[in-house]
Amino acid sequence: MNFVLRQGLVVGPASTRVADVVVRDGLITEVAERVDLPAGAHEIDAQGCWVGPGFVDLHSHLREPGREAAETVASGALAAAVGGYCAMVAMPNTEPALDNVALVSYVLDKGARTALDVAVAGAITRGREGRHLAPLAEMAALGVRLFTDDGTGVQDPSLMRRALEYARPLGVRLAQHCEDESLAQGGSMNEGAVSSRLGLVGRPALAEELMVGRDIELVRLTGGSVHFLHLSTARSLAMVVAARAEGLDVTCEVAPHHLTLDESACAGFDAQFKVHPPLRTPTDVAALRQALREGLVDAVATDHAPHAPELKDRAFDEAPAGMLGLEHAAALTFEALGTAHCDPVRFFQVLSRGPARVAMLRAGDARIRHSAHGADVVAGEDANLTVFDPSARWTASREDLHSRARNTPYDGRAMNGRVRTTIAKGRLVVHEGTLV
Amino acid sequence: MIDTLRGRNLLTLDDFSASAILEVLDTAELFVEVNQRTIKKVPALKGRVVASLFFEESTRTRLSFETAAKRLSADVLSLAVASSSVKKGESLRDTIATIDALGIDAVVMRHSSSGAAHQVGGYVPHVRVINAGDGLHQHPTQGLLDVFTVREVLAERAHARGSETGKELFAGLHVLIVGDIRHSRVARSDIAAYSALGADVRLAAPGTLRPASLDGWPVSVVDDFEEALEWADVVGVLRLQSERGSGSFVPSLSEFTETFGLTTERASRLRPETIIMHPGPMNRGVEIDSAVADSAAAVVERQVSNGVPIRMAALYLSVTGSPEEATS
Repeated sequence: MNFVLRQGLVVGPASTRVADVVVRDGLITEVAERVDLPAGAHEIDAQGCWVGPGFVDLHSHLREPGREAAETVASGALAAAVGGYCAMVAMPNTEPALDNVALVSYVLDKGARTALDVAVAGAITRGREGRHLAPLAEMAALGVRLFTDDGTGVQDPSLMRRALEYARPLGVRLAQHCEDESLAQGGSMNEGAVSSRLGLVGRPALAEELMVGRDIELVRLTGGSVHFLHLSTARSLAMVVAARAEGLDVTCEVAPHHLTLDESACAGFDAQFKVHPPLRTPTDVAALRQALREGLVDAVATDHAPHAPELKDRAFDEAPAGMLGLEHAAALTFEALGTAHCDPVRFFQVLSRGPARVAMLRAGDARIRHSAHGADVVAGEDANLTVFDPSARWTASREDLHSRARNTPYDGRAMNGRVRTTIAKGRLVVHEGTLV
Repeated sequence: MIDTLRGRNLLTLDDFSASAILEVLDTAELFVEVNQRTIKKVPALKGRVVASLFFEESTRTRLSFETAAKRLSADVLSLAVASSSVKKGESLRDTIATIDALGIDAVVMRHSSSGAAHQVGGYVPHVRVINAGDGLHQHPTQGLLDVFTVREVLAERAHARGSETGKELFAGLHVLIVGDIRHSRVARSDIAAYSALGADVRLAAPGTLRPASLDGWPVSVVDDFEEALEWADVVGVLRLQSERGSGSFVPSLSEFTETFGLTTERASRLRPETIIMHPGPMNRGVEIDSAVADSAAAVVERQVSNGVPIRMAALYLSVTGSPEEATS
């Protein structure tokens, strides 16, 4: 099927302009001020909307295999498409963990049956147990570019050093969930005034910052590269920014919830607000937003973490950590970037170009059957496009989700800006905000 | 800020105003008289059903609440949840839904997780929830019975009824809370209650047994425990929560006793009129010496007896009615 996206604001890496975008046979074939409707093409009105490279999520927990009641690759892909995503990276903390070629292939195959490109992050250590390296080279040969034990970080510094040394010549990137378990263990929210009042055991900011600092030093030592997952404190971010300025190969992401919620949300003991790393202080939220606006953050990544309802109905300290993200991330990023003051270039930078670069999805890869992401909207590129309506006003609702799970902390929240159209791999997947 | 418990859940004392606390104390004072009668029963909650749900074992608090409910003529559904369906993996929401389906007016619950009573309040908004202790968070009726006991003792010395004195006996009262503040829901409720009534609350604890942050708490931490003993009008000794791992927060129990225990030697620094309190159960020889616990200055048993009228008042106000009609 062929399309013309009419008169949207086409968002380039440097500037924007109003134009028509023609998509034919999976490729962008023309971008011009005004084109005639090609025979048989569908016209999609994009007036008043932003048209940019399709979003890429660096951090989705798709729960397959092992916890299919909460999410599957297929259901996660639907949620992602509605959220404007054309590609995502499936996290390896499944049951069992994605720590070998067979399991990675299993998820890649599931992904290939969705409308999107699903890349897989492999585990750094066998079983994510933090004791022995997983077969990184074998998984890399399959097209895996990111490795992480996400859910926890690699606690042992000598093992992390070895992983960095081993990964470097493979050309892959290690991604770290930074929380020192000896400091964070048993905690269920940010440690501070609120946790002390609520009688909840805290996960201190230091638990995250200590591991960020450690890994920066390990990158300096080994010449490796680390992507810092879901940074949540002002200090963590400042350390990564400084390390990057020194020329170290470090990148980072922030999650939508860390940009829009703070620790006070836990005061009602609703486990929907429980997440690791935890929601931090308003000062941290402000610092993260500031850094995002200044272009110091490589990506907004969802940390989409579906959980079955009965698990989130447990007491706060007994409930699992994590919240849904794919369907609300765009609106929340828009809010964090200043809503009416949101720079569309920055918006697509952190939702598409930045994460595509971190995940090394800029070029297509036949081995894992995926197209190119985060590219400029110009003729010749693979047609992965997201149309975002910055003037949309809507209310988030648990009932409207496409994920199998319902664990959003945003039920009832007024949202600004919404994904109207998603064209993934040349196919119209979401139109007028709904699945085609 | 909450100004009355009437018709509301009792989950925390954090947001209770002085008048809300005094209303409970004054109501409890009426119930003290009921507890002295031969027939210790009033029909205040006749026909009402109170479920007692203890997800965490506690013989004392459970007995106290169930006695209170029975003296109000309520029917009591007592569920030993700690040993029932929860062990089979039933969620908190399902357990409450099952009990609610039996038809209840109030639930008294204890849980090892902070906030569990809040969550239940959300699941069954038509049922009144009384928090009988949740994790490290709050134990509101303990806080209320502690201030009730202090007021009773001070009022007796002034030859007055507690209710006649309102909150005036608390103005500037020196309250020293000692020990395992970090893991104590009693401390959190006590601090809220004493401060709301105008007392000057100070804490004495080893560095590791203080909360991670005291920002926003209406308290100060004393530099010198020994000196503070001379300052105190009331000393609230807390139980060292070894079952919550507090043992690993201090080098040894004996060092804790050596530095923060209310030993006989330390107690000799107290002024004769200083009131010594402990929420029980006591670790005799750890946070308090036996001789001190059994001394005239200690009001531990009085705290226990006051638990019943306070819990009667809490249940009564929360579930229905007004104090005037309560004792008739």
